[in-house]
Amino acid sequence: MTSVAHLVTTGLGPLYDGIGHFLMSVEDLATVVVVALFAGLRGTTEGKRAMLVLPLSWLTGGLIGESVNTFPSFPIAGCILLILGGLTAADLKLSLTSLTSVIGLAGVIQGWSNGVSMNVRSGTTLALIGVSASVFVIVTLVAGFVVSLKQAWMRIAARVVGSWIAAIGLLLIGWAFRKH
Amino acid sequence: MNRISKSLTWLPVIAVLLISTQSAYAHSDSHQAAGFITGFGHPWSGWDHIIAMIAVGLWGAQLGAPAVWLLPVTFPMVMAVGAFFGLIGVPLPGIEIGIGISALLLGTMLAFEAKPALWIAAVMVGVFGLFHGHAHGTELPDGQNGTLYSMGFVIATGCIHGVGIAFGLVHRWSAGKAALRLAGTAIAVVGAVFTWRALA
Repeated sequence: MTSVAHLVTTGLGPLYDGIGHFLMSVEDLATVVVVALFAGLRGTTEGKRAMLVLPLSWLTGGLIGESVNTFPSFPIAGCILLILGGLTAADLKLSLTSLTSVIGLAGVIQGWSNGVSMNVRSGTTLALIGVSASVFVIVTLVAGFVVSLKQAWMRIAARVVGSWIAAIGLLLIGWAFRKH
Repeated sequence: MNRISKSLTWLPVIAVLLISTQSAYAHSDSHQAAGFITGFGHPWSGWDHIIAMIAVGLWGAQLGAPAVWLLPVTFPMVMAVGAFFGLIGVPLPGIEIGIGISALLLGTMLAFEAKPALWIAAVMVGVFGLFHGHAHGTELPDGQNGTLYSMGFVIATGCIHGVGIAFGLVHRWSAGKAALRLAGTAIAVVGAVFTWRALA
């Protein structure tokens, strides 16, 4: 059976609820993976930047979402996956500033979505810290792995995964505007 | 870095556990049903789709780098565009004919070991991907988890290309080259049958 959790209650407190929420949210996982792929393909400096920027921007977005408690119904997650997956597939060389901005924006938006969806009980801030910690762990592992890839075919495989994520993003947008 | 690589060996295990886990009924979203497995199964549901996608992988392997990875990247990407149009209700005429012709022409390319310019091969595969994607997009069932379904759908498409590429690696041997040409002929014949049925 698929995991359909949107708000996970682990019984271990808000911090672990946040970790559980993140690990059960496929869009969030896919976003972190594609950011790590994109940054990791660019190199060590970019990978390290993603390790720092993504969790912090995710937390910032989460806190914003917690306070404003509204998020547009437009399929932004699909757009993020489409853009970042496309950038990864194209292996586009962005400047460090541009890369930081793109990653930061993705983190803020996804975090914002988390902040709104998790803002139904006390301890949301602690849960958001749990989410951000999970983001840090996953982005570090995946970016570190991708940076270590030296063989051409392995780097191509990472780009292929990026193209798949872009395709998934486009399909998500299609699902949102589905006519039938 | 080796330590990271070792720890990543657990990722497939974690992925399988996540996919096979029971639903956590912790929120009020509706229309969340079995998504990944049904999405993964969808591209395998029709031989017209399967042989065309395998042909893309075989042709990529026959053409060699960079086509071997560019064509299987192009197909799912453009297929997603086609599925997007199908989902939002934009009509595309002659879908079944396009799908049949895709197998016919891709098989013909294989049979004759055709080596057009890379961009021509990519455009050709992309156009065919549009037809296949549109058909999938209009057929997508209701009551699915869009994200997991899409993931399963795209990954399965990539896997079918992978099967084609794996078989296509026999191209390095002379007997393998002949086998690929034979496979191309068979795919072209089956494609012709599908095209004939679509036109009839």
